[in-house]
Amino acid sequence: MHTSTLAELARKLRAKEFSVTELTKTLLKRIETSQPKLNAFISVTGEQALERAAAADAAFAAGKAGPLTGLPLAHKDIFCTRGVKTSCGSRMLDNFVSPYDATVVEKLEAAGMVTLGKTNMDEFAMGSSNETSWYGPVRNPWDPKLVPGGSSGGSAAAVAARVAPVATATDTGGSIRQPASLCGVTGIKPTYGRVSRYGMIAFASSLDQGGLISQTAEDAALVLQAMAGFDPRDSTSVDTPVPNYVAGLDAPLAGLKIGLIKEFFDKGLDASVEKCIREALVVYEKLGAKLVEVKLPALPLSVPTYYVVAPAECSSNLARFDGVRYGHRAKDPKDLMDLYKRSRGEGFGAEVKRRIMTGTYVLSAGYYDAYYLKAQRVRQLINQDFKRAFGEVDVLMGPTAPDVAFEIGAKASDPIQMYLNDIYTIGANLAGVPAMSIPCGFVRELPVGLQICGPHFGESKLLNVAHAYQKETDWHRRMPAAYEPEVLS
Amino acid sequence: MSLNRDQINSIAHLARLSLTEAEVPVYQDSLSKIVDLVGQLDAAPTAGVEPMAHPLPGLAQRMRPDVVTEKDQHELYQRNAPQVEAALYLVPKVIE
Repeated sequence: MHTSTLAELARKLRAKEFSVTELTKTLLKRIETSQPKLNAFISVTGEQALERAAAADAAFAAGKAGPLTGLPLAHKDIFCTRGVKTSCGSRMLDNFVSPYDATVVEKLEAAGMVTLGKTNMDEFAMGSSNETSWYGPVRNPWDPKLVPGGSSGGSAAAVAARVAPVATATDTGGSIRQPASLCGVTGIKPTYGRVSRYGMIAFASSLDQGGLISQTAEDAALVLQAMAGFDPRDSTSVDTPVPNYVAGLDAPLAGLKIGLIKEFFDKGLDASVEKCIREALVVYEKLGAKLVEVKLPALPLSVPTYYVVAPAECSSNLARFDGVRYGHRAKDPKDLMDLYKRSRGEGFGAEVKRRIMTGTYVLSAGYYDAYYLKAQRVRQLINQDFKRAFGEVDVLMGPTAPDVAFEIGAKASDPIQMYLNDIYTIGANLAGVPAMSIPCGFVRELPVGLQICGPHFGESKLLNVAHAYQKETDWHRRMPAAYEPEVLS
Repeated sequence: MSLNRDQINSIAHLARLSLTEAEVPVYQDSLSKIVDLVGQLDAAPTAGVEPMAHPLPGLAQRMRPDVVTEKDQHELYQRNAPQVEAALYLVPKVIE
């Protein structure tokens, strides 16, 4: 049952092939056995999961089950879960038990889904390798020497190892798509404002967006349907109706115009990764799509733009961690300043401190115009590039990441090298447009991701385009051999 | 551009972060590299370009009626506080 997609699980539960409780127990056991190898979870909520599974079984027996009833999932530990530790991968919040649920958590629980636990992540979602977590690195299920990507590395590894069929995730600069690419799973970052940020611990508020990681685009459609929508508790949530994503999945692709982002194929892209991407594009041509090259000239500036905007917003957002109201507090502070400084100095890890300091610097007196305002202007140029491109084509395609998964430790000492992992993903966050990564082949026996990007609120088209590819190929069904047996050793 | 020790210490102070002696040169090195990276923006032609603060421009922040929507749950919230007394958060003495 563990290799089933969410859609298959839903059918099997309806056909009474197994109960929600049996399914939940199987996955909890897989999580437990895989944990020493993968470290994909920070908390496992087995007891609550079994209670909710029993309730779901009762709903099935009473004929009251909805489309998502009884389907298991894991939440990235950035989403607040009432009564459960919500750490955001940080020592700062190691002792934090959330008094409330994030809207995303609330909605998916209301739909009947069963939360298995909270997944590991880069500290405060700042990282591209999951090495910055206070709880230790997550390992890539395809090869434990390698990183799973980040920051949603635990969510991606959990889905890739089939210990959870789906997991929530967040994406500020590529944190859903890059780990999805490196782990060989499907990831969707919706349009900014599509999914509520309420209860999703803030990193960079003009870029953060919640989404999910799954095996297939069909599963992503099922879950996004329940996650998306207006939330009065998030002031940037958009009050636009949520279309029926599932109903749009099978639309024919004949006549679809695909823009290939020229700048993404220029330099820095691994030649074998490029070959995989080009092969995927051939599949789309066979489905009747037309390929055109498009230029987004400001896009190569997305990394420097991001490393002004994101740290600036991070330094403001993380000012709330003061050692007074919640979170880590240093022992025996001699005065209030000492309390602030040592609580933050001890509670935050190296990368988070680096970003807070970068943000503090670019916002400080005398530098604001040169850095922050300048970056906001370049952001506008990048936004205009996307707008222009979507005037010409329906979707944009290119690689998700410049290469396959790298070794743990390989880039940890050089932040710039690490930041360049997100060179192809950051643009979508700056422009606020939706984007996906889907598995499209293997290089050196490691998965490669194809990135598909659409205009604002174009999730339906993205899911349709991804689903069409997944009907023609089976890359998304490949899984790491070590995790194939139902009972792991 | 390279940042010196004093600049790093001053940024850390503004950010309310204590740094160990060993951390200072590490941040000196990496922040200098980041400043160089973002220096690429200088060359971008941005005269007359409107700064973009929000990815969905034109979307005004919503107003809501000025009514109480939350109930008092300070006991619940203060369970996460390091030190509380009589429903007040305790900090080291500020005024002598």
